Amino acid sequence: MPQSLQPWFLVIQRLGIALLTLVIVSFAVFFATELLPGDVAEILLGQAATPEAVAGLREAMGLNEPAISRFVGWLLGLAQGDLGNSYVNNMDVAELISGRLSNSLKLAGLTTLVSVPIALSLGIGAAMWRGSLFDRIVTVLTISVISVPEFMVATLAVLIFAVWLDWLPALSYGVDVSSLSAMLKAYAMPVIALSFVISAQMIRMTRAAVIETINTPYVEMALLKGASRKRMVLGHALPNALGPIANAVALSLSYLVGGVIIVETIFSYPGVAKLMVDAVSTRDLPLIQSCAMIFCVSYLSLITLADVIALLSNPRLR
Amino acid sequence: MTEPLVSVRDLRIGATTDAGRKVEIIKGVNFDIAPGEIVALIGESGSGKTTIALSLMGHTRTGCRIDDGSIRLDQSDITTMSERDRMQVRGTEVSYVPQSAAAAFNPSKRIMDQVIEIAAIHDLMPRAEAEKKAVELFRALALPDADTLGQRYPHQVSGGQLQRLSAAMALIGDPKLVIFDEPTTALDVTTQIEVLRAFKSVMKKGGIAGVYVSHDLAVVAQIADRIIVLKGGEIQEVGTAEQILNAPQHAYTKQLLAAFEPVPHQPVAPTAQPARPKPILEVYDLSAGYGHMRNGVPAAKILKSVNFKIERGRNLGVIGESGSGKSTLARAVAGILPAYQGAVMVDGMEQKRDLKSRSKEELRRMQIVFQLADTALNPTHSIGTLLARPLTFYEGLRGKARDARVAELLDMVHLPAALRHRLPGELSGGQKQRVNLARALAANPELILCDEITSALDTVVAAAILELLKELQRELGLSYMFISHDLSTVEAICDDVLVMYKGEVVEALPAARMSTEATHPYSRLLISSVPRLDTGWLSGLEQDPELLAQFANR
Repeated sequence: MPQSLQPWFLVIQRLGIALLTLVIVSFAVFFATELLPGDVAEILLGQAATPEAVAGLREAMGLNEPAISRFVGWLLGLAQGDLGNSYVNNMDVAELISGRLSNSLKLAGLTTLVSVPIALSLGIGAAMWRGSLFDRIVTVLTISVISVPEFMVATLAVLIFAVWLDWLPALSYGVDVSSLSAMLKAYAMPVIALSFVISAQMIRMTRAAVIETINTPYVEMALLKGASRKRMVLGHALPNALGPIANAVALSLSYLVGGVIIVETIFSYPGVAKLMVDAVSTRDLPLIQSCAMIFCVSYLSLITLADVIALLSNPRLR
Repeated sequence: MTEPLVSVRDLRIGATTDAGRKVEIIKGVNFDIAPGEIVALIGESGSGKTTIALSLMGHTRTGCRIDDGSIRLDQSDITTMSERDRMQVRGTEVSYVPQSAAAAFNPSKRIMDQVIEIAAIHDLMPRAEAEKKAVELFRALALPDADTLGQRYPHQVSGGQLQRLSAAMALIGDPKLVIFDEPTTALDVTTQIEVLRAFKSVMKKGGIAGVYVSHDLAVVAQIADRIIVLKGGEIQEVGTAEQILNAPQHAYTKQLLAAFEPVPHQPVAPTAQPARPKPILEVYDLSAGYGHMRNGVPAAKILKSVNFKIERGRNLGVIGESGSGKSTLARAVAGILPAYQGAVMVDGMEQKRDLKSRSKEELRRMQIVFQLADTALNPTHSIGTLLARPLTFYEGLRGKARDARVAELLDMVHLPAALRHRLPGELSGGQKQRVNLARALAANPELILCDEITSALDTVVAAAILELLKELQRELGLSYMFISHDLSTVEAICDDVLVMYKGEVVEALPAARMSTEATHPYSRLLISSVPRLDTGWLSGLEQDPELLAQFANR
């Protein structure tokens, strides 16, 4: 194979692994939801659940078929973009999810835009002036933020900014977002709360990755060439720390799609995480499975993207 | 007399240890360097030679600081300067050639960008001009493909080339002083010659002053005008290279020189064992390699059909440069890397190729000692625990009997019994290597495979370890397979020598006659490349360019 194609081969290989992982995960998701206690037919029928009615409904919903054939059918449907119908209200799952997903992505996107630049500059800055007052303040703050649970941050934010100061609306959804300032106001609190949660991790990992490369002989060499601190860190250390930093950022961001249930609940924000929890309480298997798959896909694509960045930033593999 | 370029007065450098204790590592050092003069700082590890050299650039490593004294470079005082002013001096007035160029080049940037970085940082000249100058320097340093070399990444050129490139990097800003920090220590001997020659000619041509830090007197003798001998942060002796080599005054200098004297090995008289004439180790057609196995053959074949035998009580030296497969040979014999072809016989009995399928008794008879005691000894276990483990494994010893045997083992390697409660991190390099050796002895072996066990040690300490090996051999009737890249070490301890090149044995001959009777061209090249304690050796050395092109790892 020609040298120049080598990295692309590695990238394709990495994508192949991601796809394979996705199939394995879908298997796990399907059979894990099968294990959920309770029976959809009984729940749907509620008071009217006579044994005959339950049996009839199960037959009608295809629940009596063997699990494996339902899995294959579901997987084939997924591959064609058909997420199936909700058990509860017989609506198209894709339709149920699409609105919620765009809400979630909007929140995740805004949080990413706010938190990633701040986290990276704080992390790199802390590494650059390691041991300084700035570094110590950043370290203490990140550790405090990691140790404070997110519902605490979110609840305090509502209490202070919405209840006491009345600066921001307590709810983020359904309020007027026609002007830019109104939109900023509506999203300010959930975005800040989420940024707190994910930034701490990114700051610490970035700082550690950069410090590790600062301690290498080639950065000392740059110092002995007369390079300034800025040039040493940004020009020599950072390019070699890109791989670990990309991974830390991807791990933190993956949390934004599936792991934000607490923040969504506190701010009554209709995102996918809340949809999934509701689906669990009604045993709406197609909906649960689709949500779980969305979380997996977003997680996998972020991690794969980070791996590809790490691959391409390494000239030994390029 | 002309004004010296550098004058160092009463330099004191202190360090704070991890435990917070303050120690003085440079204790009042004075010396001058004239313009165009090359001064060598020589001493063992911990003597402060690198610390002094770095302080000339106003740089101290983490935890160290300049406490007192002054360093004057040309017109400016380095010690009183602000960090910003020091940045101006670094690269333009004084520059640095690192010990390991492989580690000092940024892996993610092209070579040219790094070589001309000094010009870019200090705004010395436009980029095109800097590149042109760099290419001229590449030519002056005898680098191949000077025009395109800069476009490559560091991992795409050899170690010897990188080392010369790092000199180009140091010279681009026309410094008055260049600091060489053990620049050839990591290189093979055949490569070292070329690098030394390149350094010497560039420095002489430009009339540049230099500080050459090294632990190797023979290397220093080739390049330095004056030698400063350091020990424990103090200057022991200063003199011209001729003086230091031929008429050393100080006891420590004499000791350093003595460690260089070849001590021809006296073979141990075979103890009366007429009933066991079998060789302790026989190796037939041994081949091993790494990577994916296909049809029973690995993707990368390293070792190619090696044959040899070691008679009981005799020592076999294996020499060769990096990549010659000598460590792979030890690993294949020990079974750590199972061979895919050939046989290993110990005392006439064939061994399983894989370590895991060998019996305890088979494992006991043959032990291996690794190069780096730092990584071979678990840092969280005490010396006592480290030695007790093989005793329990091989002999089932416990309690008092085991404690007594641990003390006995420590005594064998001349370490005090009280050391058993210490952790490896609290020991010196030489002490750690002795523990490493004691651990192999715990199994009561008949054959010890020594993989470069003295390479990471200072000359004086290494000589003591060799002495210990000989003593143990006399007392316990051991045999050694001694792997090394250092010919004089092999000469000092071995009866026979195998010369390896690219996974093959190119020549086998008695050690005592190695330097006179070697016939294979590669053996001759290797032997002639070892620096001698003679200031005229390098300039007088003539090597066949065709041979070099064929074998030298440049």
